[in-house]
Amino acid sequence: MMMAKTFQLDRRRFLAGSGSAVLITSLPQMSHASEADLLRARTELFGDRTIQEGRVTVTLPPIAENGHSVPLTVAVDSPMTETDYVRQIVILSPRNPLPLIGQFHLTPRSGKALVSTRIRMSGTQAIQAIAEMNDGSLYSGSMETVVTLAACVVL
Amino acid sequence: MAAIRLAVPDTAQRGEVIEIKALIQHPMESGFRRGSRGEVIPRNIITRFECRYNGALVFASDFQPAIAANPILTFHTVATETGELEFKWTDQNGEAWSEIATITVT
Repeated sequence: MMMAKTFQLDRRRFLAGSGSAVLITSLPQMSHASEADLLRARTELFGDRTIQEGRVTVTLPPIAENGHSVPLTVAVDSPMTETDYVRQIVILSPRNPLPLIGQFHLTPRSGKALVSTRIRMSGTQAIQAIAEMNDGSLYSGSMETVVTLAACVVL
Repeated sequence: MAAIRLAVPDTAQRGEVIEIKALIQHPMESGFRRGSRGEVIPRNIITRFECRYNGALVFASDFQPAIAANPILTFHTVATETGELEFKWTDQNGEAWSEIATITVT
Protein backbone atom coordinates (compact mmCIF):
# COMPACT_ATOMS: atom_id res chain seq x y z
CA MET A 1 0.00 0.00 0.00
CA MET A 2 2.88 2.35 0.81
CA MET A 3 4.46 1.64 -2.55
CA ALA A 4 1.26 2.43 -4.36
CA LYS A 5 1.11 5.80 -2.62
CA THR A 6 4.64 6.91 -3.49
CA PHE A 7 4.22 6.11 -7.15
CA GLN A 8 0.85 7.76 -7.38
CA LEU A 9 0.68 9.85 -10.47
CA ASP A 10 -2.10 12.28 -11.17
CA ARG A 11 -2.97 13.49 -14.63
CA ARG A 12 -1.41 16.94 -14.19
CA ARG A 13 1.96 15.59 -13.06
CA PHE A 14 2.01 13.01 -15.83
CA LEU A 15 1.45 15.67 -18.48
CA ALA A 16 4.13 17.95 -17.05
CA GLY A 17 6.60 15.08 -16.90
CA SER A 18 6.00 13.80 -20.40
CA GLY A 19 6.19 17.34 -21.73
CA SER A 20 9.70 17.86 -20.38
CA ALA A 21 10.77 14.43 -21.67
CA VAL A 22 9.76 15.47 -25.17
CA LEU A 23 11.65 18.75 -24.75
CA ILE A 24 14.86 17.00 -23.68
CA THR A 25 14.85 14.49 -26.54
CA SER A 26 14.08 17.16 -29.12
CA LEU A 27 16.97 19.44 -28.07
CA PRO A 28 19.57 19.67 -30.83
CA GLN A 29 22.89 17.90 -30.32
CA MET A 30 25.12 20.34 -28.50
CA SER A 31 28.42 18.72 -29.52
CA HIS A 32 28.74 20.74 -32.71
CA ALA A 33 30.34 24.12 -33.06
CA SER A 34 28.17 26.88 -34.41
CA GLU A 35 28.72 30.05 -36.38
CA ALA A 36 29.30 31.75 -33.02
CA ASP A 37 32.13 29.32 -32.18
CA LEU A 38 33.72 30.05 -35.53
CA LEU A 39 33.61 33.78 -34.78
CA ARG A 40 35.06 33.14 -31.32
CA ALA A 41 37.91 31.10 -32.84
CA ARG A 42 38.53 33.95 -35.27
CA THR A 43 38.69 36.43 -32.39
CA GLU A 44 41.03 34.18 -30.37
CA LEU A 45 43.40 33.93 -33.30
CA PHE A 46 43.27 37.44 -34.71
CA GLY A 47 41.63 39.63 -32.09
CA ASP A 48 39.44 42.36 -33.55
CA ARG A 49 41.65 42.92 -36.59
CA THR A 50 39.64 43.41 -39.78
CA ILE A 51 39.45 40.46 -42.14
CA GLN A 52 38.84 41.42 -45.74
CA GLU A 53 37.15 39.07 -48.16
CA GLY A 54 39.12 38.07 -51.23
CA ARG A 55 42.55 36.86 -52.39
CA VAL A 56 41.81 33.45 -50.82
CA THR A 57 40.33 30.63 -52.91
CA VAL A 58 39.00 27.54 -51.17
CA THR A 59 38.38 24.51 -53.36
CA LEU A 60 36.26 21.58 -52.19
CA PRO A 61 34.22 19.08 -54.18
CA PRO A 62 30.64 20.40 -54.63
CA ILE A 63 29.31 17.20 -53.07
CA ALA A 64 31.34 15.17 -50.60
CA GLU A 65 30.01 11.65 -50.35
CA ASN A 66 32.20 10.86 -47.38
CA GLY A 67 32.74 13.44 -44.66
CA HIS A 68 35.64 11.45 -43.20
CA SER A 69 37.98 12.56 -45.92
CA VAL A 70 37.22 15.59 -48.07
CA PRO A 71 39.97 16.98 -50.34
CA LEU A 72 40.61 20.65 -49.58
CA THR A 73 42.80 23.06 -51.54
CA VAL A 74 43.54 26.62 -50.49
CA ALA A 75 45.21 29.10 -52.81
CA VAL A 76 46.17 32.64 -51.86
CA ASP A 77 46.90 35.33 -54.40
CA SER A 78 50.40 36.38 -53.33
CA PRO A 79 53.76 36.83 -55.10
CA MET A 80 55.50 34.96 -52.21
CA THR A 81 58.62 37.15 -52.21
CA GLU A 82 60.78 38.15 -49.24
CA THR A 83 58.82 41.39 -48.89
CA ASP A 84 55.31 40.16 -49.68
CA TYR A 85 54.27 36.67 -48.64
CA VAL A 86 51.61 34.66 -46.80
CA ARG A 87 52.66 33.93 -43.22
CA GLN A 88 49.91 31.49 -42.35
CA ILE A 89 46.62 30.04 -43.55
CA VAL A 90 43.98 29.04 -40.98
CA ILE A 91 41.14 26.66 -41.86
CA LEU A 92 37.90 27.05 -39.88
CA SER A 93 34.63 25.14 -39.75
CA PRO A 94 31.23 26.42 -38.54
CA ARG A 95 29.88 22.93 -37.83
CA ASN A 96 32.59 20.52 -36.68
CA PRO A 97 32.98 19.76 -32.93
CA LEU A 98 36.02 22.04 -33.00
CA PRO A 99 35.96 25.17 -35.17
CA LEU A 100 39.71 25.01 -35.91
CA ILE A 101 40.67 22.44 -38.55
CA GLY A 102 44.33 23.24 -39.10
CA GLN A 103 46.97 25.87 -39.74
CA PHE A 104 49.59 26.06 -42.48
CA HIS A 105 52.71 28.14 -41.91
CA LEU A 106 54.38 29.40 -45.06
CA THR A 107 57.63 31.23 -45.75
CA PRO A 108 58.98 33.15 -48.78
CA ARG A 109 60.77 29.89 -49.62
CA SER A 110 57.39 28.18 -50.08
CA GLY A 111 57.38 29.80 -53.53
CA LYS A 112 53.65 29.40 -54.03
CA ALA A 113 50.74 29.90 -51.60
CA LEU A 114 48.93 26.72 -52.60
CA VAL A 115 48.25 23.96 -50.05
CA SER A 116 46.14 20.79 -50.18
CA THR A 117 45.12 18.25 -47.57
CA ARG A 118 42.17 16.09 -46.59
CA ILE A 119 39.76 17.13 -43.84
CA ARG A 120 36.83 15.74 -41.85
CA MET A 121 33.46 17.45 -42.15
CA SER A 122 30.52 16.74 -39.88
CA GLY A 123 27.79 17.84 -42.23
CA THR A 124 27.07 20.34 -44.97
CA GLN A 125 28.85 23.60 -44.26
CA ALA A 126 30.93 26.44 -45.65
CA ILE A 127 34.63 25.94 -44.86
CA GLN A 128 36.46 29.19 -44.31
CA ALA A 129 40.14 29.94 -44.88
CA ILE A 130 41.88 33.01 -43.49
CA ALA A 131 45.30 34.07 -44.78
CA GLU A 132 47.61 36.25 -42.72
CA MET A 133 50.13 38.20 -44.80
CA ASN A 134 53.61 39.16 -43.60
CA ASP A 135 52.42 42.76 -43.04
CA GLY A 136 49.66 41.46 -40.73
CA SER A 137 46.73 42.05 -43.09
CA LEU A 138 44.06 39.35 -43.17
CA TYR A 139 42.05 37.97 -46.07
CA SER A 140 39.38 35.29 -46.13
CA GLY A 141 37.62 33.01 -48.54
CA SER A 142 35.12 30.19 -48.17
CA MET A 143 33.31 27.44 -50.01
CA GLU A 144 30.25 25.43 -49.14
CA THR A 145 30.08 21.68 -49.68
CA VAL A 146 27.14 19.31 -49.36
CA VAL A 147 28.17 16.34 -47.23
CA THR A 148 25.99 13.28 -47.75
CA LEU A 149 27.67 11.01 -45.18
CA ALA A 150 28.76 13.20 -42.32
CA ALA A 151 31.75 12.39 -40.15
CA CYS A 152 29.35 13.45 -37.40
CA VAL A 153 29.27 10.29 -35.32
CA VAL A 154 32.79 9.33 -36.18
CA LEU A 155 34.69 12.61 -36.04
CA MET B 1 53.73 1.82 -37.67
CA ALA B 2 53.78 5.15 -39.36
CA ALA B 3 54.69 4.42 -42.96
CA ILE B 4 55.72 7.59 -44.78
CA ARG B 5 55.30 8.26 -48.48
CA LEU B 6 56.93 11.24 -50.16
CA ALA B 7 56.71 12.69 -53.64
CA VAL B 8 59.67 15.01 -54.23
CA PRO B 9 61.26 15.57 -57.65
CA ASP B 10 64.79 14.11 -57.92
CA THR B 11 66.07 17.04 -59.94
CA ALA B 12 65.00 20.64 -60.44
CA GLN B 13 66.28 23.88 -61.98
CA ARG B 14 67.53 26.57 -59.63
CA GLY B 15 64.66 28.88 -58.70
CA GLU B 16 61.97 26.47 -59.86
CA VAL B 17 58.90 26.10 -57.65
CA ILE B 18 58.52 22.37 -56.96
CA GLU B 19 55.45 20.52 -55.69
CA ILE B 20 55.89 18.23 -52.70
CA LYS B 21 53.48 15.61 -51.39
CA ALA B 22 53.98 14.08 -47.95
CA LEU B 23 51.78 11.38 -46.44
CA ILE B 24 52.09 9.54 -43.14
CA GLN B 25 50.07 6.53 -42.06
CA HIS B 26 48.30 7.50 -38.84
CA PRO B 27 44.74 6.95 -37.50
CA MET B 28 44.33 10.62 -36.38
CA GLU B 29 41.87 9.41 -33.74
CA SER B 30 39.75 12.50 -33.07
CA GLY B 31 38.71 11.82 -29.47
CA PHE B 32 35.05 12.39 -30.43
CA ARG B 33 34.39 8.81 -31.43
CA ARG B 34 32.80 6.17 -29.20
CA GLY B 35 33.56 2.48 -29.16
CA SER B 36 31.09 -0.43 -29.25
CA ARG B 37 30.44 -0.15 -25.48
CA GLY B 38 29.88 3.59 -25.60
CA GLU B 39 33.27 4.49 -24.17
CA VAL B 40 35.06 7.50 -25.65
CA ILE B 41 38.04 6.48 -27.77
CA PRO B 42 40.89 8.70 -26.55
CA ARG B 43 42.36 11.30 -28.87
CA ASN B 44 45.55 10.29 -30.64
CA ILE B 45 46.60 12.77 -33.31
CA ILE B 46 49.65 14.19 -35.01
CA THR B 47 49.82 17.85 -34.08
CA ARG B 48 52.79 19.20 -36.02
CA PHE B 49 54.42 18.78 -39.42
CA GLU B 50 57.63 20.49 -40.50
CA CYS B 51 59.58 20.52 -43.74
CA ARG B 52 63.21 21.70 -43.67
CA TYR B 53 65.35 22.33 -46.73
CA ASN B 54 69.02 21.93 -45.75
CA GLY B 55 68.02 22.85 -42.20
CA ALA B 56 65.88 25.89 -43.02
CA LEU B 57 62.16 25.67 -42.25
CA VAL B 58 60.22 26.15 -45.50
CA PHE B 59 56.76 24.89 -44.53
CA ALA B 60 54.98 23.80 -41.34
CA SER B 61 51.48 22.81 -40.34
CA ASP B 62 49.50 22.41 -37.12
CA PHE B 63 46.89 19.64 -37.20
CA GLN B 64 43.62 19.45 -35.30
CA PRO B 65 41.32 16.38 -35.05
CA ALA B 66 39.52 17.50 -38.22
CA ILE B 67 42.51 16.52 -40.37
CA ALA B 68 41.59 13.17 -41.93
CA ALA B 69 43.33 9.89 -41.09
CA ASN B 70 46.63 9.24 -42.89
CA PRO B 71 47.21 12.99 -43.29
CA ILE B 72 48.46 14.07 -46.68
CA LEU B 73 49.86 17.49 -47.47
CA THR B 74 50.64 19.04 -50.83
CA PHE B 75 52.72 22.20 -50.76
CA HIS B 76 55.50 23.94 -52.65
CA THR B 77 59.03 25.16 -52.19
CA VAL B 78 61.65 26.93 -54.27
CA ALA B 79 64.53 24.71 -55.41
CA THR B 80 67.52 26.72 -54.20
CA GLU B 81 70.40 24.26 -53.90
CA THR B 82 71.26 20.58 -54.03
CA GLY B 83 70.66 18.94 -50.71
CA GLU B 84 68.22 17.29 -48.38
CA LEU B 85 64.58 17.89 -47.54
CA GLU B 86 63.66 16.66 -44.09
CA PHE B 87 60.04 15.87 -43.26
CA LYS B 88 59.08 15.49 -39.63
CA TRP B 89 55.76 14.65 -37.97
CA THR B 90 55.25 14.96 -34.20
CA ASP B 91 52.26 13.55 -32.33
CA GLN B 92 50.48 14.86 -29.22
CA ASN B 93 52.79 12.82 -26.95
CA GLY B 94 55.97 14.11 -28.53
CA GLU B 95 56.70 10.98 -30.52
CA ALA B 96 58.17 11.90 -33.89
CA TRP B 97 58.75 10.28 -37.27
CA SER B 98 60.91 11.69 -40.01
CA GLU B 99 62.10 10.94 -43.52
CA ILE B 100 64.64 12.56 -45.81
CA ALA B 101 64.51 13.12 -49.57
CA THR B 102 67.44 14.31 -51.65
CA ILE B 103 67.18 16.75 -54.52
CA THR B 104 69.73 17.72 -57.16
CA VAL B 105 69.45 21.33 -58.31
CA THR B 106 71.10 22.37 -61.55
